Amino acid sequence: MSAFAATFRRELALMWAGGGAIAPLGYFFGATMLVPLAMGPDRALLETAGPPLVWIAAALSVLAMLERLFQADLEDGSLDQMLLSPAPLEVIASAKGAALWVAIGLPIALAGAPVAIALQAPVERVPLIVASLALGTAAFVGVGLIGAALTASVKRAGVLLALIVLPLFAPPIIFGASVASGEEVFAAFSILGGCALAGAALGPIAAAAALRLQAE
Amino acid sequence: MSARGPFRDKPQDKVLIRVEALALSRGGRVLFENLSFAAAPGDYVEVQGSNGSGKTSLLRAVAGLLRPRGGVIAFEGAEEPSLALHYVGHANGLKREASAREHLRYWTGLFGGSASEDDVAQTLEIGRVMDLPVRVLSQGQARRLALSRLLIAPRPVWLLDEPVAALDDAGKAAVNGMIASHRATGGLVIAAVHEALGPAPTKTLQVRR
Amino acid sequence: MFAFLANPARFMAFSAWAAPVLFAGALILFATGIPWALFYSPPDYQMGDTVRIMYVHVPAAWWSMGAYAFMAGASFVGLVWRHVLADVAARAAAPVGAVFAAICLVTGSLWGAPTWGTWWEWDGRMTSMLVLFITYLGYIALWNSVEDEERAARLAAILCLVGAINLPIVKFSVDWWSTLHQPASIMRSGGAAINGEMLGPLLTLGGAYLLLFGALTLMNMRSAIFRRRVESAELRRAQS
Repeated sequence: MSAFAATFRRELALMWAGGGAIAPLGYFFGATMLVPLAMGPDRALLETAGPPLVWIAAALSVLAMLERLFQADLEDGSLDQMLLSPAPLEVIASAKGAALWVAIGLPIALAGAPVAIALQAPVERVPLIVASLALGTAAFVGVGLIGAALTASVKRAGVLLALIVLPLFAPPIIFGASVASGEEVFAAFSILGGCALAGAALGPIAAAAALRLQAE
Repeated sequence: MSARGPFRDKPQDKVLIRVEALALSRGGRVLFENLSFAAAPGDYVEVQGSNGSGKTSLLRAVAGLLRPRGGVIAFEGAEEPSLALHYVGHANGLKREASAREHLRYWTGLFGGSASEDDVAQTLEIGRVMDLPVRVLSQGQARRLALSRLLIAPRPVWLLDEPVAALDDAGKAAVNGMIASHRATGGLVIAAVHEALGPAPTKTLQVRR
Repeated sequence: MFAFLANPARFMAFSAWAAPVLFAGALILFATGIPWALFYSPPDYQMGDTVRIMYVHVPAAWWSMGAYAFMAGASFVGLVWRHVLADVAARAAAPVGAVFAAICLVTGSLWGAPTWGTWWEWDGRMTSMLVLFITYLGYIALWNSVEDEERAARLAAILCLVGAINLPIVKFSVDWWSTLHQPASIMRSGGAAINGEMLGPLLTLGGAYLLLFGALTLMNMRSAIFRRRVESAELRRAQS
């Protein structure tokens, strides 16, 4: 088994043992539940504001999962072993990112369907919203790796991590929310795919550079 | 304990370590300067020193995890540098929720070994706890599991930081046996210890500022 | 010049006189530029006297971006050649750039109120500037929360370079997004066609901001180096 496959499998098992997607999904539902409570149940208002708010909630749910991603590995010595593997750290970091996306990103994208419907998004647009959320969470996880690696040695890194990562979330949010609102769907969707690719490619590289420093 | 590693499919590289004028610092504080030594295949080097003197940092620098402030660390004879060494540090590198067997599988993937899990478990006498999650293991059992990495994939150089911490006499004997058979096949062991491990060191390094 | 200054001792000798000289130059340019901008330049035919906010606003925008570019360059040098002075320079420039970005945002808001009729418009430029400001805050916060200075410097350098990739993407995204959302009633930002009489004071103040940036950055670098020396002296005393 390759280092990528071994890491991917182990991370999935650990996330499953840690409760899987239950907590982030609950967070996702909870955050979106507050939206109509804050805005009022006005149907027309929700129709325009609802789909973008699904995106905000998805971004926050991914963000909430990032803090311990590398911190735990640094504290328990696992990071040293990753560094000593003959496989490049970039590969191992991307395996961790892929596992996080499968464990958290995809469930959130799927949960985007009922949430979008509850927020009065037009039903025919729901598959598009789910597909765009799948790409968007991949982009969030990609850049999230960077923030998680940069703050791995910081105690109570939550706020700092958010501050670092939120500006990086701006491009996927813009194009994802545009898809969700049905504006310029094709262009926005392809750029969103570009964001996901860029995040998946650059995230592990920058994260690995930061992790090498954290291990010193 | 078998006299030779039972899970080697090919003779390992003979690696020679040469350290010259090494200087290390942590957090802006110089730990030591001008440390030189060499270790040849079959050697057992014991690193001694008081707490905070830099034993751990020395091992981490040799492992390539810590960038030295100055000096040279060279591995001679290693065909593939990324396959030259194992490092077992203070932290065991274990996940509480994963079982011992899952750890061995993960390391097999991570380090590319071909050893049989059961042979490894037998050498370290952790066969009975293989399917239990790490969180229920005793400290000694967790330490044995961490040390089992050494046998998962063959590496000519072992860097051990307080290898027998939390181990009982049987555990210490098992570790000494592992070190002996590793040296017998041309392996090289550097261990940072608080008190002498047992086997007579080929070389003793005193680390102090 | 960089190779010459790379030696901290030479840098301290150089900056000891360079910082005050730059500071004096900035004062002179402010002393000429501000009255020129406020009293002797023409009012805009559309915006009237409110156009004078531009002289504070535009140079702040220029040099908050310039400061970030400087930090990205220094971060690159620090990462690749592991040069301490480059790390110190990147860190020293950050608060200055952040304050420039804040000045740009506040004056932009003040300018928007009379000309656009709103204190804040989610216009492409203002939004990008806001993202830049937040990026600055993240950079400074990361520096402050990592204890080991050397590690903090490298991590912050990685963040700075990631931000340098992110910011143009954000600018592009926000431009795309604001053309999608721009209500037609809003006048496009800026709006003032710059004529020659406005260019003089604008460039003067642009120069003043640049010199001020240089002076403040050098002073920050000096105090960081002094602090490091004091700390290592104390450490040596504690160890002996």
